[in-house]
Amino acid sequence: MTQVSMTVNGKSVSGDVEGRTLLSSFLRENLSLTGTHVGCDTAQCGACVVHVNGEAVKSCNMLALEADGAEVGTIEGQANADGSLNVIQQAFQDHHGLQCGFCTPGMVMSAAALLKDNPRPTEAEIRKYLEGNLCRCTGYHNIVKAIMAASGQNVGSIAAE
Amino acid sequence: MYNFEFEKPSTIADAVAALGAEDAQALGGGQTLIPTLKQRLAAPSKLVSVSGIAEMKGVCVEDDGSVAVGGATTHATVASEAAGNYPALAALAGQIGDPAVRNRGTIGGSIANNDPAACYPAAVLGSGATVVTNARQIAADDFFEGMFSTALDEGEIVTSVRFPVPQAASYQKFLQPASRFALVGVYVARFADGVRVAVTGASEDGVFRWSEAEEALNKEFRADALMDLRINPANMIADLHGSKEYRAHLVGVMTKRAVEACM
Repeated sequence: MTQVSMTVNGKSVSGDVEGRTLLSSFLRENLSLTGTHVGCDTAQCGACVVHVNGEAVKSCNMLALEADGAEVGTIEGQANADGSLNVIQQAFQDHHGLQCGFCTPGMVMSAAALLKDNPRPTEAEIRKYLEGNLCRCTGYHNIVKAIMAASGQNVGSIAAE
Repeated sequence: MYNFEFEKPSTIADAVAALGAEDAQALGGGQTLIPTLKQRLAAPSKLVSVSGIAEMKGVCVEDDGSVAVGGATTHATVASEAAGNYPALAALAGQIGDPAVRNRGTIGGSIANNDPAACYPAAVLGSGATVVTNARQIAADDFFEGMFSTALDEGEIVTSVRFPVPQAASYQKFLQPASRFALVGVYVARFADGVRVAVTGASEDGVFRWSEAEEALNKEFRADALMDLRINPANMIADLHGSKEYRAHLVGVMTKRAVEACM
Protein backbone atom coordinates (compact mmCIF):
# COMPACT_ATOMS: atom_id res chain seq x y z
CA MET A 1 0.00 0.00 0.00
CA THR A 2 1.11 3.52 -0.77
CA GLN A 3 -0.16 6.69 0.75
CA VAL A 4 -1.94 9.08 -1.59
CA SER A 5 -2.89 12.65 -0.73
CA MET A 6 -5.02 15.06 -2.68
CA THR A 7 -7.50 17.86 -2.24
CA VAL A 8 -11.08 16.78 -2.82
CA ASN A 9 -13.73 19.49 -3.02
CA GLY A 10 -11.34 21.84 -1.23
CA LYS A 11 -10.54 19.46 1.63
CA SER A 12 -7.16 17.75 2.11
CA VAL A 13 -7.55 13.99 2.20
CA SER A 14 -5.22 11.03 2.19
CA GLY A 15 -5.43 7.27 2.30
CA ASP A 16 -3.57 4.06 1.63
CA VAL A 17 -4.10 2.57 -1.80
CA GLU A 18 -2.70 -0.17 -4.02
CA GLY A 19 -1.04 0.57 -7.34
CA ARG A 20 -4.18 -0.62 -9.12
CA THR A 21 -6.69 1.43 -7.06
CA LEU A 22 -8.73 3.59 -9.40
CA LEU A 23 -9.52 7.20 -8.59
CA SER A 24 -13.23 6.28 -8.69
CA SER A 25 -12.64 3.52 -6.12
CA PHE A 26 -10.65 5.84 -3.87
CA LEU A 27 -13.41 8.46 -3.96
CA ARG A 28 -16.22 5.99 -3.38
CA GLU A 29 -14.64 3.45 -1.04
CA ASN A 30 -12.00 5.37 0.91
CA LEU A 31 -13.80 8.72 1.08
CA SER A 32 -17.40 7.45 0.85
CA LEU A 33 -18.11 10.01 -1.86
CA THR A 34 -20.52 7.76 -3.71
CA GLY A 35 -21.96 10.51 -5.86
CA THR A 36 -19.34 9.63 -8.46
CA HIS A 37 -20.98 6.70 -10.21
CA VAL A 38 -19.30 3.81 -11.96
CA GLY A 39 -21.44 2.75 -14.88
CA CYS A 40 -19.59 0.90 -17.59
CA ASP A 41 -16.16 0.76 -15.92
CA THR A 42 -14.66 0.93 -19.43
CA ALA A 43 -14.44 4.72 -19.92
CA GLN A 44 -17.39 4.80 -22.29
CA CYS A 45 -20.32 6.10 -20.28
CA GLY A 46 -19.01 9.12 -18.38
CA ALA A 47 -20.99 8.55 -15.16
CA CYS A 48 -17.66 8.71 -13.29
CA VAL A 49 -16.52 12.09 -14.63
CA VAL A 50 -14.79 14.25 -12.02
CA HIS A 51 -12.48 17.24 -12.31
CA VAL A 52 -8.75 16.79 -11.81
CA ASN A 53 -6.91 20.09 -11.68
CA GLY A 54 -9.95 21.65 -13.33
CA GLU A 55 -10.21 19.19 -16.21
CA ALA A 56 -12.95 16.62 -16.76
CA VAL A 57 -11.60 13.08 -16.57
CA LYS A 58 -13.14 9.63 -16.30
CA SER A 59 -12.21 8.60 -12.78
CA CYS A 60 -12.69 4.89 -13.52
CA ASN A 61 -9.88 5.20 -16.02
CA MET A 62 -7.31 6.95 -13.87
CA LEU A 63 -5.23 5.49 -11.07
CA ALA A 64 -5.68 7.07 -7.65
CA LEU A 65 -1.90 7.46 -7.39
CA GLU A 66 -1.92 9.54 -10.59
CA ALA A 67 -4.03 12.08 -8.70
CA ASP A 68 -1.51 12.41 -5.87
CA GLY A 69 -1.21 16.11 -5.06
CA ALA A 70 -4.07 17.06 -7.41
CA GLU A 71 -7.16 19.20 -6.86
CA VAL A 72 -10.12 16.92 -7.41
CA GLY A 73 -13.70 18.08 -7.75
CA THR A 74 -16.69 15.74 -7.48
CA ILE A 75 -20.45 16.15 -7.63
CA GLU A 76 -20.51 16.48 -3.81
CA GLY A 77 -18.61 19.77 -4.18
CA GLN A 78 -20.97 21.27 -6.73
CA ALA A 79 -23.76 22.61 -4.52
CA ASN A 80 -23.61 26.18 -3.23
CA ALA A 81 -22.12 26.85 0.21
CA ASP A 82 -25.59 26.97 1.79
CA GLY A 83 -26.43 23.53 0.39
CA SER A 84 -28.74 24.76 -2.35
CA LEU A 85 -28.29 23.43 -5.87
CA ASN A 86 -25.84 25.33 -8.07
CA VAL A 87 -26.94 26.86 -11.35
CA ILE A 88 -26.28 23.74 -13.42
CA GLN A 89 -27.90 21.36 -10.93
CA GLN A 90 -30.94 23.63 -10.61
CA ALA A 91 -31.25 23.82 -14.39
CA PHE A 92 -31.22 20.00 -14.59
CA GLN A 93 -34.11 19.97 -12.13
CA ASP A 94 -36.01 22.79 -13.82
CA HIS A 95 -35.73 21.27 -17.29
CA HIS A 96 -36.17 17.65 -16.27
CA GLY A 97 -32.64 16.81 -17.39
CA LEU A 98 -32.73 13.47 -15.62
CA GLN A 99 -34.99 10.54 -15.09
CA CYS A 100 -33.26 7.70 -13.24
CA GLY A 101 -30.37 10.01 -12.37
CA PHE A 102 -27.55 7.52 -12.71
CA CYS A 103 -25.69 9.50 -15.37
CA THR A 104 -26.46 12.87 -13.77
CA PRO A 105 -23.29 13.34 -11.66
CA GLY A 106 -21.15 12.81 -14.75
CA MET A 107 -23.42 15.01 -16.84
CA VAL A 108 -23.24 17.85 -14.32
CA MET A 109 -19.45 17.56 -14.00
CA SER A 110 -19.02 17.52 -17.78
CA ALA A 111 -21.38 20.45 -18.15
CA ALA A 112 -19.40 22.40 -15.54
CA ALA A 113 -16.15 21.69 -17.38
CA LEU A 114 -17.71 22.79 -20.67
CA LEU A 115 -19.12 26.04 -19.28
CA LYS A 116 -15.80 26.91 -17.64
CA ASP A 117 -14.09 26.95 -21.06
CA ASN A 118 -17.08 28.00 -23.13
CA PRO A 119 -19.58 30.02 -21.06
CA ARG A 120 -22.18 30.30 -23.86
CA PRO A 121 -21.98 27.13 -25.94
CA THR A 122 -24.28 26.52 -28.88
CA GLU A 123 -26.60 23.55 -28.86
CA ALA A 124 -24.28 21.75 -31.28
CA GLU A 125 -21.26 22.43 -29.05
CA ILE A 126 -23.09 21.01 -26.03
CA ARG A 127 -24.10 17.86 -27.90
CA LYS A 128 -20.54 17.43 -29.16
CA TYR A 129 -19.06 17.94 -25.69
CA LEU A 130 -21.37 15.32 -24.19
CA GLU A 131 -20.26 12.60 -26.61
CA GLY A 132 -18.56 10.79 -23.76
CA ASN A 133 -21.56 10.92 -21.40
CA LEU A 134 -24.28 8.39 -22.03
CA CYS A 135 -27.86 8.73 -20.81
CA ARG A 136 -30.29 5.90 -21.42
CA CYS A 137 -33.41 7.71 -20.19
CA THR A 138 -33.80 11.24 -21.40
CA GLY A 139 -32.84 11.15 -25.05
CA TYR A 140 -30.53 14.07 -24.20
CA HIS A 141 -32.84 16.92 -25.28
CA ASN A 142 -33.63 18.03 -21.74
CA ILE A 143 -29.99 17.71 -20.70
CA VAL A 144 -29.01 20.00 -23.55
CA LYS A 145 -31.81 22.38 -22.57
CA ALA A 146 -30.61 22.41 -18.97
CA ILE A 147 -27.07 23.29 -19.98
CA MET A 148 -28.31 26.00 -22.34
CA ALA A 149 -30.40 27.40 -19.50
CA ALA A 150 -27.52 27.17 -17.02
CA SER A 151 -25.45 29.28 -19.39
CA GLY A 152 -28.15 31.93 -19.40
CA GLN A 153 -29.46 31.19 -22.85
CA ASN A 154 -32.94 30.83 -24.24
CA VAL A 155 -33.94 27.20 -24.53
CA GLY A 156 -37.03 27.76 -26.66
CA SER A 157 -35.13 27.19 -29.89
CA ILE A 158 -34.01 23.64 -29.13
CA ALA A 159 -35.32 21.28 -31.75
CA ALA A 160 -37.11 17.97 -31.34
CA GLU A 161 -39.15 17.18 -28.29
CA MET B 1 -7.01 -6.06 -12.61
CA TYR B 2 -3.92 -7.64 -11.10
CA ASN B 3 -1.96 -5.45 -8.75
CA PHE B 4 1.30 -3.75 -9.72
CA GLU B 5 3.79 -1.33 -8.30
CA PHE B 6 3.38 2.26 -9.36
CA GLU B 7 6.15 4.73 -9.97
CA LYS B 8 5.92 8.31 -11.21
CA PRO B 9 9.39 9.68 -12.00
CA SER B 10 9.97 13.30 -12.96
CA THR B 11 12.77 12.82 -15.51
CA ILE B 12 13.19 10.67 -18.61
CA ALA B 13 16.36 9.15 -17.15
CA ASP B 14 14.54 8.02 -14.00
CA ALA B 15 11.69 6.60 -16.09
CA VAL B 16 14.10 4.59 -18.23
CA ALA B 17 15.78 3.27 -15.08
CA ALA B 18 12.41 2.31 -13.57
CA LEU B 19 11.44 0.52 -16.79
CA GLY B 20 14.50 -1.67 -16.38
CA ALA B 21 12.58 -3.78 -13.85
CA GLU B 22 11.28 -7.08 -15.18
CA ASP B 23 7.80 -6.78 -16.74
CA ALA B 24 7.65 -3.05 -16.09
CA GLN B 25 5.54 -1.04 -18.52
CA ALA B 26 5.22 2.66 -19.31
CA LEU B 27 1.87 4.35 -18.58
CA GLY B 28 0.81 7.36 -20.65
CA GLY B 29 -2.72 8.59 -20.04
CA GLY B 30 -3.96 5.04 -19.50
CA GLN B 31 -7.05 5.44 -21.67
CA THR B 32 -6.29 2.15 -23.39
CA LEU B 33 -3.92 0.53 -20.93
CA ILE B 34 -6.19 0.75 -17.87
CA PRO B 35 -9.16 -0.93 -19.64
CA THR B 36 -6.68 -3.55 -20.91
CA LEU B 37 -5.47 -4.20 -17.36
CA LYS B 38 -9.05 -4.44 -16.12
CA GLN B 39 -9.63 -7.24 -18.59
CA ARG B 40 -6.43 -8.91 -17.37
CA LEU B 41 -5.04 -8.85 -20.88
CA ALA B 42 -1.79 -7.51 -19.44
CA ALA B 43 -0.14 -8.04 -16.06
CA PRO B 44 2.84 -5.73 -15.65
CA SER B 45 4.83 -5.95 -12.41
CA LYS B 46 5.21 -2.20 -12.37
CA LEU B 47 3.66 0.76 -14.15
CA VAL B 48 5.91 3.74 -14.76
CA SER B 49 3.80 6.84 -15.31
CA VAL B 50 5.31 9.44 -17.64
CA SER B 51 2.70 12.05 -16.66
CA GLY B 52 5.06 13.71 -14.18
CA ILE B 53 7.85 14.32 -16.70
CA ALA B 54 7.70 18.02 -17.56
CA GLU B 55 10.20 17.76 -20.43
CA MET B 56 7.82 15.36 -22.23
CA LYS B 57 4.87 17.74 -22.23
CA GLY B 58 3.74 20.48 -24.57
CA VAL B 59 3.89 21.58 -28.18
CA CYS B 60 6.69 23.72 -29.62
CA VAL B 61 7.98 24.87 -32.99
CA GLU B 62 11.55 23.87 -33.83
CA ASP B 63 14.10 25.99 -35.70
CA ASP B 64 13.36 24.18 -38.97
CA GLY B 65 9.64 24.94 -38.64
CA SER B 66 8.59 21.45 -37.60
CA VAL B 67 6.13 21.03 -34.75
CA ALA B 68 7.40 18.94 -31.85
CA VAL B 69 4.87 17.33 -29.52
CA GLY B 70 6.11 15.90 -26.22
CA GLY B 71 5.32 12.21 -25.79
CA ALA B 72 3.25 12.83 -22.64
CA THR B 73 1.18 15.64 -24.19
CA THR B 74 -2.55 15.07 -23.99
CA HIS B 75 -4.83 15.13 -27.02
CA ALA B 76 -6.62 18.17 -25.58
CA THR B 77 -3.34 20.08 -25.34
CA VAL B 78 -2.42 19.22 -28.94
CA ALA B 79 -5.93 20.24 -30.07
CA SER B 80 -5.43 23.70 -28.58
CA GLU B 81 -1.67 24.31 -28.78
CA ALA B 82 -1.00 22.97 -32.29
CA ALA B 83 -3.98 24.78 -33.83
CA GLY B 84 -1.91 27.75 -34.99
CA ASN B 85 1.09 25.91 -36.44
CA TYR B 86 -0.34 22.62 -37.65
CA PRO B 87 -4.15 22.90 -37.81
CA ALA B 88 -4.75 19.46 -39.38
CA LEU B 89 -2.88 17.77 -36.53
CA ALA B 90 -4.81 19.81 -33.95
CA ALA B 91 -8.09 18.92 -35.65
CA LEU B 92 -7.22 15.23 -35.54
CA ALA B 93 -6.33 15.40 -31.84
CA GLY B 94 -9.66 17.13 -31.18
CA GLN B 95 -11.57 14.19 -32.69
CA ILE B 96 -10.05 11.44 -30.58
CA GLY B 97 -12.41 9.81 -28.09
CA ASP B 98 -14.38 12.36 -26.09
CA PRO B 99 -13.37 15.45 -24.04
CA ALA B 100 -12.59 13.52 -20.83
CA VAL B 101 -10.52 10.96 -22.74
CA ARG B 102 -8.65 13.77 -24.52
CA ASN B 103 -7.75 15.28 -21.15
CA ARG B 104 -5.83 12.11 -20.21
CA GLY B 105 -4.78 10.27 -23.38
CA THR B 106 -1.34 11.08 -24.81
CA ILE B 107 0.30 10.97 -28.22
CA GLY B 108 3.13 8.77 -26.98
CA GLY B 109 0.70 6.26 -25.50
CA SER B 110 -1.37 6.19 -28.67
CA ILE B 111 1.46 5.55 -31.11
CA ALA B 112 3.29 3.12 -28.82
CA ASN B 113 0.09 1.07 -28.65
CA ASN B 114 -0.49 1.37 -32.43
CA ASP B 115 -4.13 0.37 -32.34
CA PRO B 116 -5.12 -0.40 -35.96
CA ALA B 117 -8.05 2.05 -35.66
CA ALA B 118 -6.32 4.84 -33.73
CA CYS B 119 -6.14 8.33 -35.23
CA TYR B 120 -2.62 9.47 -34.33
CA PRO B 121 -0.74 6.81 -36.32
CA ALA B 122 -2.35 8.26 -39.47
CA ALA B 123 -1.04 11.75 -38.66
CA VAL B 124 2.44 10.49 -37.78
CA LEU B 125 2.76 8.35 -40.92
CA GLY B 126 0.91 10.81 -43.14
CA SER B 127 3.16 13.68 -42.07
CA GLY B 128 6.34 11.62 -42.35
CA ALA B 129 7.06 12.55 -38.74
CA THR B 130 10.04 11.46 -36.69
CA VAL B 131 9.44 9.56 -33.48
CA VAL B 132 12.02 10.57 -30.88
CA THR B 133 12.69 8.14 -28.03
CA ASN B 134 15.04 8.18 -25.08
CA ALA B 135 17.52 6.25 -27.26
CA ARG B 136 17.11 7.27 -30.91
CA GLN B 137 15.05 8.83 -33.68
CA ILE B 138 12.79 6.62 -35.77
CA ALA B 139 11.24 7.66 -39.09
CA ALA B 140 7.47 7.10 -39.16
CA ASP B 141 7.89 4.76 -42.15
CA ASP B 142 9.99 2.47 -39.92
CA PHE B 143 8.06 2.93 -36.67
CA PHE B 144 4.73 1.21 -37.33
CA GLU B 145 5.25 -2.52 -37.80
CA GLY B 146 1.69 -3.85 -37.93
CA MET B 147 -1.30 -4.14 -35.65
CA PHE B 148 -0.28 -3.25 -32.05
CA SER B 149 3.37 -3.54 -33.05
CA THR B 150 6.07 -0.87 -33.33
CA ALA B 151 9.84 -0.56 -33.63
CA LEU B 152 10.07 0.37 -29.95
CA ASP B 153 12.31 -1.85 -27.86
CA GLU B 154 11.41 -3.09 -24.41
CA GLY B 155 11.52 -0.16 -21.99
CA GLU B 156 11.95 2.46 -24.74
CA ILE B 157 9.87 5.62 -24.28
CA VAL B 158 8.46 7.95 -26.95
CA THR B 159 9.74 11.28 -25.64
CA SER B 160 8.46 13.41 -28.53
CA VAL B 161 7.18 13.35 -32.09
CA ARG B 162 8.47 15.87 -34.63
CA PHE B 163 6.07 16.73 -37.43
CA PRO B 164 7.26 18.49 -40.60
CA VAL B 165 4.43 20.89 -41.46
CA PRO B 166 2.92 20.32 -44.92
CA GLN B 167 1.57 23.00 -47.26
CA ALA B 168 -1.87 21.53 -46.73
CA ALA B 169 -3.22 18.55 -44.83
CA SER B 170 -6.49 17.05 -43.70
CA TYR B 171 -7.63 14.09 -41.65
CA GLN B 172 -11.01 12.65 -42.53
CA LYS B 173 -12.41 10.24 -39.99
CA PHE B 174 -15.39 7.98 -40.52
CA LEU B 175 -16.36 7.60 -36.90
CA GLN B 176 -17.30 4.29 -35.31
CA PRO B 177 -19.62 6.02 -32.86
CA ALA B 178 -19.59 3.43 -30.08
CA SER B 179 -15.83 3.08 -29.72
CA ARG B 180 -15.12 6.60 -31.04
CA PHE B 181 -12.19 5.13 -32.98
CA ALA B 182 -11.99 5.45 -36.75
CA LEU B 183 -13.93 2.90 -38.77
CA VAL B 184 -11.67 4.29 -41.49
CA GLY B 185 -9.57 7.43 -41.24
CA VAL B 186 -7.39 8.96 -43.96
CA TYR B 187 -4.67 11.57 -43.50
CA VAL B 188 -3.56 13.41 -46.63
CA ALA B 189 -0.56 15.74 -46.43
CA ARG B 190 0.74 17.75 -49.37
CA PHE B 191 4.41 18.72 -49.18
CA ALA B 192 6.52 20.62 -51.73
CA ASP B 193 8.22 17.32 -52.63
CA GLY B 194 5.13 15.10 -52.75
CA VAL B 195 1.86 13.92 -51.27
CA ARG B 196 1.54 11.37 -48.47
CA VAL B 197 -1.66 9.39 -47.83
CA ALA B 198 -1.93 7.37 -44.61
CA VAL B 199 -4.88 5.14 -43.80
CA THR B 200 -5.98 3.93 -40.37
CA GLY B 201 -8.85 1.70 -39.27
CA ALA B 202 -8.87 -0.32 -42.47
CA SER B 203 -6.02 -2.80 -42.67
CA GLU B 204 -5.19 -5.97 -40.77
CA ASP B 205 -1.62 -4.65 -40.80
CA GLY B 206 -2.53 -1.40 -39.04
CA VAL B 207 -1.82 2.05 -40.44
CA PHE B 208 -0.41 2.07 -43.98
CA ARG B 209 0.44 4.40 -46.85
CA TRP B 210 -1.74 4.13 -49.93
CA SER B 211 1.02 4.46 -52.50
CA GLU B 212 -1.23 4.29 -55.61
CA ALA B 213 -3.20 7.28 -54.32
CA GLU B 214 0.03 9.13 -53.57
CA GLU B 215 1.24 8.55 -57.15
CA ALA B 216 -2.04 9.74 -58.64
CA LEU B 217 -2.12 12.83 -56.40
CA ASN B 218 1.51 13.65 -57.21
CA LYS B 219 0.49 13.86 -60.87
CA GLU B 220 -2.62 15.87 -60.18
CA PHE B 221 -3.74 17.02 -56.73
CA ARG B 222 -7.51 16.76 -57.19
CA ALA B 223 -10.09 14.40 -55.77
CA ASP B 224 -10.98 13.37 -59.33
CA ALA B 225 -7.47 12.01 -59.79
CA LEU B 226 -8.56 9.14 -57.49
CA MET B 227 -11.68 8.34 -59.51
CA ASP B 228 -10.41 5.10 -61.06
CA LEU B 229 -8.43 3.88 -58.07
CA ARG B 230 -9.66 0.93 -56.03
CA ILE B 231 -7.90 -0.54 -53.04
CA ASN B 232 -7.78 -4.32 -52.72
CA PRO B 233 -10.15 -5.42 -49.93
CA ALA B 234 -8.29 -8.71 -49.31
CA ASN B 235 -6.22 -7.36 -46.43
CA MET B 236 -8.91 -5.13 -44.90
CA ILE B 237 -10.41 -5.61 -41.45
CA ALA B 238 -13.82 -7.27 -41.32
CA ASP B 239 -15.94 -7.06 -38.17
CA LEU B 240 -19.54 -6.45 -37.17
CA HIS B 241 -19.17 -2.75 -38.00
CA GLY B 242 -18.10 -3.25 -41.60
CA SER B 243 -16.96 -5.80 -44.17
CA LYS B 244 -13.62 -5.76 -46.00
CA GLU B 245 -15.32 -4.41 -49.10
CA TYR B 246 -17.06 -1.67 -47.14
CA ARG B 247 -13.81 -0.53 -45.57
CA ALA B 248 -12.01 -0.63 -48.94
CA HIS B 249 -14.74 1.57 -50.38
CA LEU B 250 -14.51 3.97 -47.44
CA VAL B 251 -10.76 4.36 -47.94
CA GLY B 252 -11.48 5.81 -51.39
CA VAL B 253 -14.28 8.04 -50.15
CA MET B 254 -12.34 9.42 -47.18
CA THR B 255 -9.21 10.01 -49.28
CA LYS B 256 -11.23 12.08 -51.74
CA ARG B 257 -12.77 14.06 -48.87
CA ALA B 258 -9.34 14.72 -47.42
CA VAL B 259 -8.02 15.97 -50.75
CA GLU B 260 -11.04 18.25 -51.16
CA ALA B 261 -10.51 19.59 -47.66
CA CYS B 262 -6.90 20.46 -48.58
CA MET B 263 -8.06 22.78 -51.38
